[in-house]
Amino acid sequence: MLIKEATTMTQEPILRIENISKTLGGKEILKSVSLSLNKGELKVLIGPSGAGKSTLLQCINFLLPPDSGRVWLDGVEIQNRRKRDLYAFRQQVGMIFQDFNLFDHLNALDNVAIALRKVKKMHRSKARDRAVAELERVGLGDKIDLYPAELSGGQKQRVSIARALAMDPKIMLLDEPTSALDPELIGEVLSVIRNLAHGGMTMILATHQIAFTRSLAHEVIFLENGIILEQGTPEELLSPDACTRSKDFCSRLDDLYEEKG
Amino acid sequence: MFDTLSAILEALPYLLEGALVTIGIVIGAMGIGLVIGIHMAVGQVFGNRAVRWAVGFYVWFFRGVPVLVLLFLFYFGLFALIGLNLSAFAASILVLGMTTAAYQSQIFRGAMLSLPRGQFQAAKALGMSDLTAIISIILPQALRFSIPAWSNEYSIILKDSALAFVLGTSEIMARSHFVASRTYHHLPLYITAGCLYFILTWLGVRALLKLEEKVRIPGYAH
Repeated sequence: MLIKEATTMTQEPILRIENISKTLGGKEILKSVSLSLNKGELKVLIGPSGAGKSTLLQCINFLLPPDSGRVWLDGVEIQNRRKRDLYAFRQQVGMIFQDFNLFDHLNALDNVAIALRKVKKMHRSKARDRAVAELERVGLGDKIDLYPAELSGGQKQRVSIARALAMDPKIMLLDEPTSALDPELIGEVLSVIRNLAHGGMTMILATHQIAFTRSLAHEVIFLENGIILEQGTPEELLSPDACTRSKDFCSRLDDLYEEKG
Repeated sequence: MFDTLSAILEALPYLLEGALVTIGIVIGAMGIGLVIGIHMAVGQVFGNRAVRWAVGFYVWFFRGVPVLVLLFLFYFGLFALIGLNLSAFAASILVLGMTTAAYQSQIFRGAMLSLPRGQFQAAKALGMSDLTAIISIILPQALRFSIPAWSNEYSIILKDSALAFVLGTSEIMARSHFVASRTYHHLPLYITAGCLYFILTWLGVRALLKLEEKVRIPGYAH
């Protein structure tokens, strides 16, 4: 019985990408990047700006079609040229953007409900109930009637997380979700992400929040100049006596942060 | 003086009927322009190369030829050529509608391009097709931002509608001309006609301003 369970544990990864390359404006941003993600894993992408973190995340759900490379979700390869397959795939991949990208003309409730109605064809009242539940989950139950322009940055990002969660994604891609926030608002967003991680959500997170990475990441991926330079547990890459590029990079970030503080 | 006043008063019911015709032309033309304009703008922003070229050509043509020439060209030329037997009223609506469509498409295109690109990305990331994202996310915002420029276009088309007179459409201008040339009260009648256009412009622009306030997004500062 136990053995049986163990074999199902070593199932194939929920997301696998292989040899993703992307050139933008004549510059090679991603050079044959591969990675895989098991269910419940949190992998953190770090690296200097311009390393290709955003591009990689956008290539995974084909917001930027990669020049070459393949993507599998649950063992099924995504044929991004078939629109129907692509839209179905994207529904299962939640995406969080650095600058929130809420729909400005809709209040918090409708920001979450609109894709339920237009994509999942859910009935209006059911979509509403689900949206309220998701907004309560991110601590915004009392803000459902407010419009994006009436919310703080941290609240906006939490709405965008609720919007993604309402679609019941299998994995989430988070592209520097706290980078556009004032320092005092970062905590509320990180705590929502922490809850997701504890709840077993499978995620790839691009961030500069090193303390958060140390405490929660299953694996750290250090990306520079479009290639994965280092990959390992936070202990392997970031412990004080590790001789890694990741550690150098992070301690420089720490210094910067202390100077600011 | 008394003579002048009575001339105006006598002609007024007749001119007001003409105002209804003018209103009909403007609503019809603006409506046609709205429907065609939105489609062309979407085509120009999101369409493939052939669609963009076709829209570009249409806009180039209708913006490049005077309305008066277009009225003659279609009413006496092209409509007759394809065997379309339209009344002067219908032809005026159609030609002004096609003309304002060219201008309106550029209003909507500008509004769409001014939206932050990220919202379209976010909509697609949720699994929306391009069309769904355009209909549910892009257009509701772009159309809101288009109202001030659209109100401008309304006031232009209202005054261009006076040109329909040359086809024999019996709108404000045609009727003023008709009465004036019979009674020789040229000055008071054309002043009255001008006032009617002025009032219609003012009412329309005011209504659109009301609409703009009504659909304003809360907390959103421009």
